[in-house]
Amino acid sequence: MSIFQTLMEKPWATAQGGDVPLDGHQSFSMPMEKVGLWVFLSAITVLFTLLIISYGGRMELGTDWRPLPDPWLLWPNTAVLVLSSVFLQRARISARRGQMDGVRISLLAAGGFSFAFLAGQLFASYELVGLGYFASTNPANAFFYLLTGLHAIHLIGGLVAWARACAKVRRGFEARQVALSIELCAIYWHFLLMVWVILFSLMLIT
Amino acid sequence: MAHAGEAEAVYVPPAEVPDVDLYHAHSWITKYVFSQDAKVIAIQYSTTAILIGLVGLVLSWLMRLQLGFPDTFSFISPTDYYQYVTMHGMIMVIYLLTALFLGGFGNYLIPLMVGARDMVFPYVNMLSYWIYLLAVLILTASFFVPGGPTGAGWTLYPPQAILEGTPGNGWGIILMLISLVFFIIGFTMGGLNYVVTVLQARARGMTLMRMPLTVWGIFVATVLALLAFPALFVAGVMMLLDRVLETSFFVPAIVSMGEQLAYDGGSPILFQHLFWFFGHPEVYIVALPAFGVVSDVIAVHARKAIFGYRMMVWAIVAIGGLSFIVWAHHMYVSGMNPYFGFFFATTTLIIAVPTALKLYNWVLTLWKGNIQLTIPMLFCVAFIVTFLNGGITGLFLGNVAVDVPLSDTMFVVAHFHMVMGVAPIFVIFAAIYHWFPLMSGRMLNEGMGQFHFWVTFIGAYLIYFPMHYLGFVGVPRRYFEIGETMFIPPSAATLNEFITIMVLIVGFAQVVFIFNILQSIFKGKLSGRNPWKATTLEWHTEDYPPGHGNFGELPLVYRWAYEYSVPGVKDDFVPQNMPPDQIVRVQAAE
Repeated sequence: MSIFQTLMEKPWATAQGGDVPLDGHQSFSMPMEKVGLWVFLSAITVLFTLLIISYGGRMELGTDWRPLPDPWLLWPNTAVLVLSSVFLQRARISARRGQMDGVRISLLAAGGFSFAFLAGQLFASYELVGLGYFASTNPANAFFYLLTGLHAIHLIGGLVAWARACAKVRRGFEARQVALSIELCAIYWHFLLMVWVILFSLMLIT
Repeated sequence: MAHAGEAEAVYVPPAEVPDVDLYHAHSWITKYVFSQDAKVIAIQYSTTAILIGLVGLVLSWLMRLQLGFPDTFSFISPTDYYQYVTMHGMIMVIYLLTALFLGGFGNYLIPLMVGARDMVFPYVNMLSYWIYLLAVLILTASFFVPGGPTGAGWTLYPPQAILEGTPGNGWGIILMLISLVFFIIGFTMGGLNYVVTVLQARARGMTLMRMPLTVWGIFVATVLALLAFPALFVAGVMMLLDRVLETSFFVPAIVSMGEQLAYDGGSPILFQHLFWFFGHPEVYIVALPAFGVVSDVIAVHARKAIFGYRMMVWAIVAIGGLSFIVWAHHMYVSGMNPYFGFFFATTTLIIAVPTALKLYNWVLTLWKGNIQLTIPMLFCVAFIVTFLNGGITGLFLGNVAVDVPLSDTMFVVAHFHMVMGVAPIFVIFAAIYHWFPLMSGRMLNEGMGQFHFWVTFIGAYLIYFPMHYLGFVGVPRRYFEIGETMFIPPSAATLNEFITIMVLIVGFAQVVFIFNILQSIFKGKLSGRNPWKATTLEWHTEDYPPGHGNFGELPLVYRWAYEYSVPGVKDDFVPQNMPPDQIVRVQAAE
């Protein structure tokens, strides 16, 4: 049912007799947790969109914008993040098929790659700081640390959900009981991967 | 769509949700402290919000003492004054109004009104409160740090917010920003709950267009908040970096105290855009729940269906959408491209259309209604008048040419206090008087309620009406003292004294109100079930006041929420969950 149809309903028309429609009490035919995740993702989308707009706006202003060299490490790092996303997707598929072995391996691999990504990001930042690119010396540097930092914090939050999914697997839950948790992680990781690709391209082209 | 109506006696099973342990909290701690029950969380949110709101109230008294009687109170220095202004604004807008409407009423009413056992993510909901409390504590802590709280004005404009010379530019501003960041994190957790509960956990038969307008208002406000708070989050984090790491997001090259600072090239205007991209929706984050509550309370106490339910819903949605494209009307005096100003002036005026529509519908709901002048009703009528007043001055200020001369005067103070201070507070009072019996099983004292209402209502007008005139003669806002100024007549000082005295009187009425609440919790008259004879689900729970898990068997919803004064029905209302065959009908007298 489209939103417009919904908004055109005339609730008073059925009030006298009174009836209970069998459907229409849930707006989306998906689990609540998934709806919650999508709502959350829209809020994060606004967050990063505003950051990107600020980035563009700040770059235009003033004459002090000196782009920093993008550390080469970001390339393998991006690949690592892609891998973690791929493995979560594999875990999602395995869980759907009921293959717990596949779930276990893929989940661990995805987590491992995520931690590797975080370590890589941290190392890249250290490297930049070591080269004298402090946050205070140039807005380009400041934005680099801000964007990578906020992205990393979101990934760390995702790792909490990942850890909970792992705990469920360890406690011997069945595939269908962990399928939803893993699916949510996978969606979140894909989303963060997308955000990272956008942020990274933004930093590359400027 | 399959229906189960009175014609076909089809049995429709109630929607089922898994039984969760939290519906049977075992220990005192999990029941009342670390509770995952939305109703307890709501009370926790409300209590915290009201307590910090009282701090905001006292700050306003101190401010008024200074303005009414300059050179009298030696303990108020200009530094203190700016800190009062800032903290008063911040506390009232964010930590009181937002938290009370969404965290308080949202938590209490959404699950009950849509017929759910609880919020959908109770654990996250609990975290939401505790993070909010942490934010409040950090905010409070800023009163006790060296240098005191920030005195940058509630909009925290850089560069002055973080530079030497502004009160509290050390720990004050840092704690303020950290507190805001925590508030936003906590709110987001709660907000996810409110939105998903409304979307996915409604009782069978509760279609979106059968929801009470209170739920609609809170729902759309929460969506706004989820999309608007990220802007404040971004602005807050960036300013924090500017302050702590000396980055230059917002601070331009600047000479402060005769010294060239390390900052270079930042844009204060960028902060203003981010701030108001949050700040304007924030007005509606506060106003939309108020709109919803007023609609429901008026319908109950006028014993009449809300006029134009669908339009009310559309207006809420339209206002929500429009509120994202008007923000720069707060920045006319910052200087902008005239076409830009033209655009924002136009959108600002357009938003008056759905708002006016709502006002007409409220008045038309009252028209020929069986109006009961109960305290909630009185506060709602007061809201309608006040919101209209504040809205109309908003039309003045929405125009660039009028805004520019008035912007830094008391006129603006009068405008926004009318429209988003007094008006929503009236609704909060209405809601407390209306739903207090549901929360406690007891009525609030009527006599004290009457006193509270009349003093607050008349007092608020005596405070803010004269302020419009002060603004017109050019009394500036934010000034510690005016002193002798050529273009301001001496009578302005007299008027300021008068306003201050009224503020103290209205303040006293609030003390009476708090006393009323405290006394009524223990000694109030027992209300009995559904004292207002309302149709909505929250009054038709198994236990009264509703217990953990809200309902016995989840309710079936047969109709919308506004079946009042139905011809041919014995009672003058038909609850949403009453099966058609149980309605007691009377034969016509003839």
